[in-house]
Amino acid sequence: METQTKRYWKGLEELRNDETFIKNAHNEFGSFESTDSSQNKSIVDGIGSDRRDFLKVLGFGVAAVSLAACDAPVRKSIPYINKPIDTFPSIADWYASTYAEGGDYTSILVKTREGRPIKIEGNRQSSVSGGGVSARAHASLLALYDVEKLKGPKKGEADAAWDTIDKEISSQLASIAAKGGQIRIVSSTILSPSTKAVISDFTKKYPTTQHITYDANSLAGLVKANEISFSKAAIPSYDFSKAKVIVGLSCDFLGTWLSADEFSRQYVKGRKLSSAKGGKRDMSRHYQFETILSLTGSNADYRAAVKPSQEGLVALALYNKISGAAGVSLGAEVDKLIDKAAKDLKAAQGAALVVSGSNDPNVQIVVNALNSALGSYGTTIDLGSPTYYRQGNDTAMNELVDGVKNGAVSAVIFYGCNPVYDHPRGAELKDGISKLSLSVSFADRAEETASLCKYITPAPHYLESWGDAEPKAGSYSLQQPTISLIYKTRQAQSSLLKWAGLSEDFYAYLRNFWKNNILGGSDFENAWTKALHDGVYERAGASTASGAGTPAGVDAAIIAVKNTYKSGSGIEVVLYEKVGMGTGTLANNPWLQEFPEPITKACWDNYASVSQKTAQEMGLSQNDVVKVEVKGKSLELPVLVQPGQANGTVAIAIGYGREKAGKSGNGVGVNVFPFAQYKAGFISFNAGEGTVSKTGSTHKIAQTQTHETVMARKAVLQEARLPEYQKDTKAGRYFPHVFTSEGVKSSTEISLWNGYEKPNHSWGLVIDLNSCTGCGSCVISCQAENNVSVVGRQEVINRREMHWIRIDRYYSSDAVEDLKGLEIASENPEVTFQPLMCQHCGNAPCETVCPVLATTHSTEGLNQMAYNRCVGTRYCANNCPYKVRRFNWFKYFDNDNFDYHFNNDLGKMVINPDVTVRSRGVIEKCSMCVQRIQEGKLNAKKERRRPVDGEIEVACSQSCPTDAIIFGDMNDPESRISKLLAEEKDNRAFTMLEEINVKPQVTYLTKIRNKDVDAKAATATEHAEHGGH
Amino acid sequence: MHVTSPVRTPLVTGGKTYADVTEDICKQVEGKPTKEWKVAFGISLAVLAYGTACLFWTWWEGLGVWGLNKTVGWAWDITNFVWWVGIGHAGTLISAILLLFRQKWRTSINRAAEAMTIFAVICAASFILMHMGRPWLAHWALPLPNTFGSLWVNFNSPLVWDVFAISTYFSVSCLFWYVGLVPDLATIRDRAQNKVSKYIYGTLAMGWNGSSKTWARYEYISLILAGLSTPLVLSVHTIVSFDFATSVIPGWHTTIFPPYFVAGAIFSGFAMVQNLMLVTRVVYKLEDYITFEHIEMMNTIITLTGSIVGVAYLTEFFIAWYSGVEYESYAFINRATGPYWWAYWAMMTCNVISPQLFWSRKIRRSITWTFFLSVVVNIGMWFERFVIIVTSLHRDYIPSSWAMFYPTMFDIGDYIFSFGLFFTLFFLFSKYLPVINMAEVKAVIRTSSEKLPKKISGVSKADRLASPAYKKDAE
Repeated sequence: METQTKRYWKGLEELRNDETFIKNAHNEFGSFESTDSSQNKSIVDGIGSDRRDFLKVLGFGVAAVSLAACDAPVRKSIPYINKPIDTFPSIADWYASTYAEGGDYTSILVKTREGRPIKIEGNRQSSVSGGGVSARAHASLLALYDVEKLKGPKKGEADAAWDTIDKEISSQLASIAAKGGQIRIVSSTILSPSTKAVISDFTKKYPTTQHITYDANSLAGLVKANEISFSKAAIPSYDFSKAKVIVGLSCDFLGTWLSADEFSRQYVKGRKLSSAKGGKRDMSRHYQFETILSLTGSNADYRAAVKPSQEGLVALALYNKISGAAGVSLGAEVDKLIDKAAKDLKAAQGAALVVSGSNDPNVQIVVNALNSALGSYGTTIDLGSPTYYRQGNDTAMNELVDGVKNGAVSAVIFYGCNPVYDHPRGAELKDGISKLSLSVSFADRAEETASLCKYITPAPHYLESWGDAEPKAGSYSLQQPTISLIYKTRQAQSSLLKWAGLSEDFYAYLRNFWKNNILGGSDFENAWTKALHDGVYERAGASTASGAGTPAGVDAAIIAVKNTYKSGSGIEVVLYEKVGMGTGTLANNPWLQEFPEPITKACWDNYASVSQKTAQEMGLSQNDVVKVEVKGKSLELPVLVQPGQANGTVAIAIGYGREKAGKSGNGVGVNVFPFAQYKAGFISFNAGEGTVSKTGSTHKIAQTQTHETVMARKAVLQEARLPEYQKDTKAGRYFPHVFTSEGVKSSTEISLWNGYEKPNHSWGLVIDLNSCTGCGSCVISCQAENNVSVVGRQEVINRREMHWIRIDRYYSSDAVEDLKGLEIASENPEVTFQPLMCQHCGNAPCETVCPVLATTHSTEGLNQMAYNRCVGTRYCANNCPYKVRRFNWFKYFDNDNFDYHFNNDLGKMVINPDVTVRSRGVIEKCSMCVQRIQEGKLNAKKERRRPVDGEIEVACSQSCPTDAIIFGDMNDPESRISKLLAEEKDNRAFTMLEEINVKPQVTYLTKIRNKDVDAKAATATEHAEHGGH
Repeated sequence: MHVTSPVRTPLVTGGKTYADVTEDICKQVEGKPTKEWKVAFGISLAVLAYGTACLFWTWWEGLGVWGLNKTVGWAWDITNFVWWVGIGHAGTLISAILLLFRQKWRTSINRAAEAMTIFAVICAASFILMHMGRPWLAHWALPLPNTFGSLWVNFNSPLVWDVFAISTYFSVSCLFWYVGLVPDLATIRDRAQNKVSKYIYGTLAMGWNGSSKTWARYEYISLILAGLSTPLVLSVHTIVSFDFATSVIPGWHTTIFPPYFVAGAIFSGFAMVQNLMLVTRVVYKLEDYITFEHIEMMNTIITLTGSIVGVAYLTEFFIAWYSGVEYESYAFINRATGPYWWAYWAMMTCNVISPQLFWSRKIRRSITWTFFLSVVVNIGMWFERFVIIVTSLHRDYIPSSWAMFYPTMFDIGDYIFSFGLFFTLFFLFSKYLPVINMAEVKAVIRTSSEKLPKKISGVSKADRLASPAYKKDAE
């Protein structure tokens, strides 16, 4: 059989039995016997032809090509090989820290995911900031991921090594000090006691050093006034919650003055109402006299517009009324209101508070006298517990500029400040810096001041740093790094220590400082750990409310006020700080640039705002570019017509016109700091009289809301006056009726739909219009939480901002029925703020019209959006009666037309990994932070329990400094929201557009103003109540 | 066979014989393209190219290149969509409803009108695709089996109804048009001089042999399709109107919309037919087929539907006031006096006032006036949709969101695209297919027309005898 087996040859060689064949027969892969000689040669090197190499190269090639072809978005995510202890992927870590920039203070909790901070929340343990976070503090997170920051120290234009720079700076400092040359450390307000200790250590080493503090928006006058009045050079604590009558004199205490979050919380506490049986039916009354319509003024019950030149006179008039001296006349309308305010103040003796935003010590002395006469000290004002939010000294700064100019100062170290930009004498400083023998800046970028310095030794972002703060005597808070250093930066404190020849370990220094000065006690370790964990340490009994003696220097101040404040006839120019942008330090922050200013709803610009009447008289209309000239300096900027502003004034916001902030901030608006003036040694934002002339060109201001009034739509906005509310808790409510064949019915009784079962939870929000001050903190909080895109100025002009929550601002109108008239705001309007997000309608109009079921209803009352299913017909957005849906008109990430933080890898680190970044062509909207709800539910489920009320918070409700937004489960009768709704149902609670019966999950509580009911208002209310159909 | 009283004005003048009809219509198909045609086709191709470039950019960059915003989510896109769908209505009305009503005058115009319908629906469909944020996922609007689980479309959504309505309408219209074409294609096949056209037209004619059986089937299928199309004439625009009527937006949420939209659609469709036919008539020398009678008839319908539309406008206003709904009243006051007042009054002038001029017989029978007013009506109907869509959206419930819409060059460019597409298709049709239904026209001409006096036939006996053109059927 075997012989029958066919024989096959591998080739002729085998058949012939060649010698070569026999030799290689054992070698399966034929001719490769020469591998020894060509061991290192392969096809990769272009020589040899190894089959395996060929396959390797082929394999590599295929793999490389296919890898290159996939655009896998995860290419840079590297899994943990060794998981760090205490870090769990997808589980957030929280660190308590402190936001203390330029004297603005908030105790915060930082949420980090996989080692990167992605969200800032308020720390409710702090009695100072109380859990509220301002829009600016929220947005400060994004500055951490600013790709335009310096990546390391710089000597002039060139990069340098820390060692070299340290050596050079130390030796120069030493030689300057040896020669007796003057060294200055210039900073904005430093709240950190340990940093101050570092500075004093530095001063010990270089004794010619002086620390100069200045604030871009200075309150040195207030400190001075207290020094004169009470021999206490400090700013007292205020307690707005204890005040029954509050009078604000050009003082934006809810927006930008001192500690606005704290004041907002106190202020609203005094204004919350409850319709429950025996509930609080009384609220404080707030008068405001101011030039611009500020956030504070827009919340006032009574408000009058006064010119900056009357600012002192108002205080004086009020003082005279209280003290019974002869009055000062400011025109009939203002006088009337001053009379009324004085009467109320007097009646509220001991529970009154007058605050002034003036930086003129004389005005503040009059205000001190006023408060003293009203018995405010010891009740609403506490001199015994001073605050440190503003420590600037205008005189010292003035001297510094002189010193730099005339060469008296040899070295300046700029720390957390940018005086070339934000000081009125910045231009002079600019020329002087080059003359200094040493100039150093700790700025994180080569901004206006730093770029002129010889050295820039960039300090890291506060979220990368150690630190502490003492905002108020006895209240301390700690700052800890939440991410390791992103760039080769070093804390300013470390640098100073190093140059002073000490150990640069600031952490050790800080601990030591706290051990010796703050925590004390025997068990320091535990106390330190607890303080670090809590973020705050409040020394018990540190503050005792203390009264004050009779203020001194009042008579002199009155004479000075009378001499200084004289109304002229010209146009007065006044500068102010915007709630979002502040003094411009965060100008390169696209979130803040796109943050709509609460009153004007304008973003990406500053502008010359003028009153309606002034605009009319001067023939100006919105967006006209005007040239504003004051004392030889001029600026060109667009006009914004602002109801409520004093006639004959032009107001311009500071914080714009940065030149070296970065691509988001550069060239946005104009810089008005040069318009600020030194008046008797104090910086005044009242620039004085100027001229305004039309240039003929126009520049469109980007506004997120362009229609100013609510058109008397009671179903949108419901409000009443306090006396009406006290009489009837339903006051101001609007009950729509529908006439049917079966008689008159309420609109909620009629529906086409069966509704949805909500067997488990029913998530909802209650928004108290009386508590909302309109500050906009929720807008940025939501933006950070939900990865909301920034779209830029042009797209805001195109009305395509993406914010998921907006705050509608309505001015009242004088017209009653006339529709055209209703479009025009009153000259001095009442203002209402109404936060508006997706209302999560039970009968959602958006859900029925989506052709592909991309938006559906959950069993928990949420209106859900499946981005992946959306084909982008936008019918849902059209059919949304609240207009809260947002469409992705473009691709907003990785797109050079939208070069904000979504366009670079560092900026993208701020993205919340729990929330999808939406692609082009899909609709998005408020999800009621469904990712947080899910997380909360999962946590509860793991522990086999139901979520506890308050355990889950949505971004807007969590950040609200005034607790105006309350989130919770409406199916849980014990939840705060259910209890509140039970109290306010049929009283103040209403849903927007009730007559279309879309059954929102969001309920509003009526806005109540503490105003007297006059005959006219009474008839108007009557009329409205009988209206409807 | 159609029998009419000899004293009635003939539907086809010029004493046409069967052979004349064949000759007159087929010569356009068989001859070389004329210079006019080449110029016109060239222009429409250029327009199409520009529009395509705009459309490409729209899709490449995103819908942000349009002027839409968070408040006004639809504007030119859906305006154009409704406008084109409306225009399409005339074709089906002429071929289906007029067939059922035995309006024989329709035979001269139905072919071109149906072609117009199909092209208009294609243009309309292009806007459905265009307005989507992610047009590459357009098939998700169809109830197709998928791997997403049992994920269906939302049958509650009027947009889904739209998809069904438009696709049904498109397929039935195509079918109707094509069935009508078959005998004529067979005629061209039979006359074809070269192999290529013989093959192509032969294939398209699907073996038509002109037997009584095929004619009988032809008649049956025409009737059946007419029966099927008739409800479509009403349903398509009814459903399009549901896109608005089922919403909650004041100015959209209106029960009057279905009849009002259908009337408006026929109104604009007839105007468009007028425009196209008046040009074709002159260029192709079809004056004997499309006579003043036709023009007058169509003008009468334009006046009728225009008046219905006018009444609808007034009714809307009345109801807005009578309902007592604040938002509804405001929406209408805002239309007439708000920032878009000019659009509203353009609509009122063009749609309500201008067609009333047709009460005058002189204007009704004037080619210039008819052409001009038809253009005016189409402008007016475009504004009607713009007014309904944009002025309702731009100021709805919440005043804080009120905004304006301003078109960009891409809004305009994408509209231009649809014109380019429409005219390119129409010119191709007019060159390569018979623009008049020869078979049906032959049924309405008077075979004995030569016996008629000149004042009725338009041709004297002497002329007829002298001209070789009239001798054909004698042979």
